[in-house]
Amino acid sequence: MNKKQWSKFNLLMGASLIGVSTLAGTAFAETGDAERGQAAAATCTACHQANGSGMNIPGGESWPRLAGLNADYIVKQLHDFKEGRRQNATMMPFANMLNDQQIVDVAAYYSEMPITPGQGGDDVDEALLARGEQLAERGDWDAYIVSCKSCHGPGGTGVGETFPGIASQHAGYISNQLHAWQNDQRSNDPQNLMGAIAKRMSDEDIQAVSAWYAGQDVSAQTGSEEEEAAQ
Amino acid sequence: MIMHKKRLVLALTGCSLATGLAVSAFADNAADPSNEAPYQQLVELGFPAPQEGELVHVPPTMADLEDADIHPELKKVIRYGYDLFTNTQQLRGENVFNDMNCSSCHLGEGRQPFSAPVWAAAVTLPDFRGKNQHVNNLEERIAGCFAYSMNGTPPAYGSDEMLALSAYHQWLATGAPMYPSQPIYGRGFPAPDEPDESPDYARGEAAYQENCAICHQDNGAGHYENGEYVFPAPWGDGSNNWGAGIVRVDTAAGFIYNNMPLGQPRSLSDQDAWDIAYYMSSQERPQDPRYTGDVAETLERFGPTFHKRSLYGQVREHDGHVLGDHANFGEKGDIEPWNVGMPRFENLTDE
Ligand code: HEC
Ligand code: HEC
Ligand code: HEC
Ligand code: HEC
Repeated sequence: MNKKQWSKFNLLMGASLIGVSTLAGTAFAETGDAERGQAAAATCTACHQANGSGMNIPGGESWPRLAGLNADYIVKQLHDFKEGRRQNATMMPFANMLNDQQIVDVAAYYSEMPITPGQGGDDVDEALLARGEQLAERGDWDAYIVSCKSCHGPGGTGVGETFPGIASQHAGYISNQLHAWQNDQRSNDPQNLMGAIAKRMSDEDIQAVSAWYAGQDVSAQTGSEEEEAAQ
Repeated sequence: MIMHKKRLVLALTGCSLATGLAVSAFADNAADPSNEAPYQQLVELGFPAPQEGELVHVPPTMADLEDADIHPELKKVIRYGYDLFTNTQQLRGENVFNDMNCSSCHLGEGRQPFSAPVWAAAVTLPDFRGKNQHVNNLEERIAGCFAYSMNGTPPAYGSDEMLALSAYHQWLATGAPMYPSQPIYGRGFPAPDEPDESPDYARGEAAYQENCAICHQDNGAGHYENGEYVFPAPWGDGSNNWGAGIVRVDTAAGFIYNNMPLGQPRSLSDQDAWDIAYYMSSQERPQDPRYTGDVAETLERFGPTFHKRSLYGQVREHDGHVLGDHANFGEKGDIEPWNVGMPRFENLTDE
């Protein structure tokens, strides 16, 4: 019921007003081509893997799953790395290698890949998982932590190009990003929407919600939907 | 009364709180040191601290419900009420004809101060209500939000849905005194201070695009993702109708200032909040169910009790459009909410 179309125009308006001027530019550039993207992504597989699954690296810097992420979200992140709005020493040189056309191409390539399962977070007990579920689905308003779902959508599967899917993402990566926002190492989110929430979370909260979302496997679900669509 | 066993009403004196502050909370929580100064987190976010003489109530959470010493059947019903409150869309097409849940406006599951925490109604009703000019009880108050805020028609008084919703409201009020004599901390959507410059449409539009459109869209239609609720519609057919409390510009400003952008309450200036509220209130939405067939007549009839604070029937300056001058009732079409315009107690005499 009531399926609505996300208005591209609106997002462009919003985005340009919050100063992400590159977005408007890329949206009018040529659309991405997944086949060309595959060629441009040859160097990425070392970390993000051939199937785009990335890898959870406990205690280290995890490589995020790119498979199935929204294409425009990927485009924004790559520009943010290139232009220094998102800082990461490992990733930056690879973003710098890509021109605008290659950016939309690799984005198309990864966005069309089927989502793979999240890894990590198995070391967490039931009580902490329950805390994770609470934060994800209902939030903790006494600490003014708004539920993740209210922005990242039902099940945390993402909303449009602004709010990335975080279900089936690796626990290590989710946790690293939330800590990065807390420490002001990541601040490329529009209107400080994510930073404001992350800063109210305890270490335990972060561990809990990261484990919970890593365990929400939306890979199979997406697969079956695609099969249905194909029939 | 089993309900009383675990509750506690504290009239704290001489501790970190102002003397004379009445604090009610769930006993299990009272051991928690953060409860000594309830809502400290909100104060840090810029909300006013509880004042001397105010009733400060911390409603129980759903986790508290699991631990509560009440009949398991009652727990089930309260859980159903919670579910209806936070996912009112399950009544879509029956009682709800817009894109909202109760919790779209009553943030934090109806518990949050400065987001019209709903438990307040459970301890202050029955009482006279200016809007419909008679004494209302809790069910009738809830019915009002269905007819206007949800652009729908309420579940019947005494129905499973109505009982479950009121049980949830009343559960949230656990421990708060009935008919309190003190003002309630964080009740309603208190408006920010009067702005320096009178609210302006163009400024409001710019501030809306900058702060709100990323979620609610530039055309105010909100957003459903794959048919599921994410961002409600602040105006248009998917929103509340012209009879809802939030169409009053001061109420809208209060809602926005204290609750939006989501996750960053009180981050807007007073001026921005008023400008955006004015802009939002200058957009179209489904007709007021009390519509007589003529906007001027409707305004005349309901102006004194309600629309004097909204822009209903006013001419929008930049394009000359008369707000509310239409017979579009939104998705509910010609369904008339059964509770609207129903007089009560007409036979009672003054003494
Ligand atoms: C040496 C390992 C490595 C290589 C090679 C690499 N990346 Fe990354 N990538 C990372 C890491 C680590 C992060 C997380 C950065 C952070 O923590 O902010 C990341 C993040 C990203 C993100 C952001 C994902 C998100 O969910 O926000 C994108 C998009 C991305 N990489 C694309 C690419 C592309 C395209 C290539 C190839 C051109 C590539 N990466 C090559 C390690 C790598
Ligand atoms: C008010 C809206 C909002 C809420 C609530 C919110 N987020 Fe976010 N989140 C965002 C936005 C916007 C981004 C994208 C930032 C960007 O564009 O770089 C984001 C990004 C993220 C990312 C990075 C994803 C990636 O692929 O790099 C993670 C992880 C994340 N959020 C986790 C959470 C969790 C966990 C919660 C709940 C505790 C949460 N978010 C609640 C708005 C929100
Ligand atoms: C469009 C926003 C909106 C929605 C949706 C909404 N309400 Fe309300 N509600 C309000 C406003 C505005 C007030 C009046 C606050 C004030 O006192 O100024 C209010 C007041 C109330 C009150 C009285 C609170 C008090 O302090 O006495 C109750 C109870 C209530 N609503 C219940 C509900 C229920 C139940 C639903 C869902 C069926 C609902 N509301 C949906 C906006 C909304
Ligand atoms: C990060 C996304 C986000 C941003 C930005 C945001 N809102 Fe909201 N807004 C929401 C959500 C989500 C709700 C409903 C809360 C819920 O369901 O938990 C909501 C509820 C509302 C409501 C009550 C329901 C309705 O649709 O009428 C109004 C009014 C509103 N927002 C106005 C604004 C205004 C004005 C701004 C800008 C100052 C703004 N919002 C910014 C996400 C957002």
